Amino acid sequence: MSAGQNAILRALRTPKGAIAGAWLAAVVLVAVFAPWLTPYDYDIQDLPGAFTAPNATHWLGTDEFGRDLLTRIFYGARTSLSVSSIAIGISVFVGMVMGAAAGYFGGRFDRAVTVVVDLTWSFPEILVALILVAIIGPGITGTMAAIGVAYLAQFARLTRAQIMAIKSETYVEAARSLGASHGHILFRHLLPNALAPVLVAGMLATGDAIILEATLGFFGLGAQPPTPSWGAMMSSGTAQLFRAPWIIILPGLAVAITVVAINLFGDALIRALDIRSRMRDA
Amino acid sequence: MMLLEVENLCVGIDRLAPLDQISFAVDRGQILGLVGESGSGKSLTALAVMGLLPLIGGRITGGAVRFDGVDLVGLPEVELRKLRGRRIAFITQNPMTALDPVQRIGPQVDVVARLHLGLDKAAARARTVEILTQLRIPEAAAICEAYPHQLSGGMKQRIVIAMALAGAPDMIVADEPTTALDVTVQAQIVHILATLVRERGLALVLITHDMGVVAQVCDQVVVLYAGRVAEARDVQELFAKPAHPYTRALIDCIPRAGMAAGSLTGIAGTVPSVARYPGGCRYHPRCPRAQADCAVSVPVPMAWPGGVVACHHPVEEGAHG
Repeated sequence: MSAGQNAILRALRTPKGAIAGAWLAAVVLVAVFAPWLTPYDYDIQDLPGAFTAPNATHWLGTDEFGRDLLTRIFYGARTSLSVSSIAIGISVFVGMVMGAAAGYFGGRFDRAVTVVVDLTWSFPEILVALILVAIIGPGITGTMAAIGVAYLAQFARLTRAQIMAIKSETYVEAARSLGASHGHILFRHLLPNALAPVLVAGMLATGDAIILEATLGFFGLGAQPPTPSWGAMMSSGTAQLFRAPWIIILPGLAVAITVVAINLFGDALIRALDIRSRMRDA
Repeated sequence: MMLLEVENLCVGIDRLAPLDQISFAVDRGQILGLVGESGSGKSLTALAVMGLLPLIGGRITGGAVRFDGVDLVGLPEVELRKLRGRRIAFITQNPMTALDPVQRIGPQVDVVARLHLGLDKAAARARTVEILTQLRIPEAAAICEAYPHQLSGGMKQRIVIAMALAGAPDMIVADEPTTALDVTVQAQIVHILATLVRERGLALVLITHDMGVVAQVCDQVVVLYAGRVAEARDVQELFAKPAHPYTRALIDCIPRAGMAAGSLTGIAGTVPSVARYPGGCRYHPRCPRAQADCAVSVPVPMAWPGGVVACHHPVEEGAHG
């Protein structure tokens, strides 16, 4: 998809997009190469060295078990990024399939999907996610499923609206008049034309998903110890808020900056793709 | 037996009846012009023939559409889909939006031959290039790699025609194929279509509101007014001696060289909307020849030189209305 690559390049050329893109690239690199970037292990405790303030050996200090905080933030990026992007990936895929089928075929199926989707949308995402984690059980898989379902409604709605608008285009009528099947029209004409806004919405939702993942982690419902996650690290930091404030502040900053970067980059992408009006229609 | 025979076709949308008793026929090697103002039911007739009325929530409520002896009315969608593109092709109204903006030209044309003729990728592309070349598109192979927004309107319309030809159809229904184009390009496109009909023995149903185009290329003309056939005759007869006052008015709307400025008048009033069709002859409120009976009884099509006319007081030969 050269059009998509062009849009990303255009987005990167704006100052906003360049800064945000650089941060995101750094976070991804850190997540991927974490074991090579730091001499410490994320799970080896060093109790005498607990609560060390940031210094030359531990750049960001250590936590209550004496583990290097920078190392844990690096590994936490792995958890945050993989959980949120996989969850949103599933969400976008299932949401698009549901929304596309509902928008294209209409009728009773459309009404059924719309009712379910509107029902999930009427609850805050965190509530939907909490209920699902309660059912599935805490852990990485549960978190992914919970986040995935929590954001499903958004993508189903957006795709449905896009498909409804596009299906009355002349080229769809032309395809029908040349004998194309429903499958051909749906996969070759409708979905490719509906894709851009949904992908950008997915990008933006990944930011929200990182917050949701951190929230679930904060409540002890996300990745289980000793696997580091930004939310769980902040949670353990609350007890030492005054004694060792860096334990809660630094992972919090990682979450905040990453989410802001995702939003800024998404914004630049919207501008580059020129789809603001289409997003608003939905 | 003609290739396409439409007989007493009636179309309903919700509780309205926008088309009433439309009949016409066209054979291989012939061009049939379907003319009338906007709202007279031209495009609806095309959709009905293609079996695409469900797209706009309509249905055929009566009559028959016989293609090669088979009545398409009531034929299952699967059977219709096999005919569409393969034996009957449709050229949509607006070439600017008739191509998918995110797909390259080549694959969009290829798919028709792959679907209907069972060609593989390479053979379909070869066929596409061959057709594009026949339509006098320069550097056809390069055009296949372009996206629709990189082409001009006339070029896009030729691509749309190529898509229609790719399945080697017997008949093409073209819904105002030149409306969105420049006048010079319009002439080229009409010429291309006419040549195809003569060379390949295609049947063409040409929907247009341009009487000039009709006079140039058509063999038969069906004049629609407010969902009914006003007059259906040979093109020479029709232009030489229009029998229906509406046909006469349409012909008078063609600008001619040497006309005094401001003498082009048009037809007073507009086509009534489908919910408010007047009783009797639907043209009578706008008709200069209307008499008392026109408002009461529906005119029945009667034989006239070269075809039929549906009017109580047709313009007699030599007489001037």
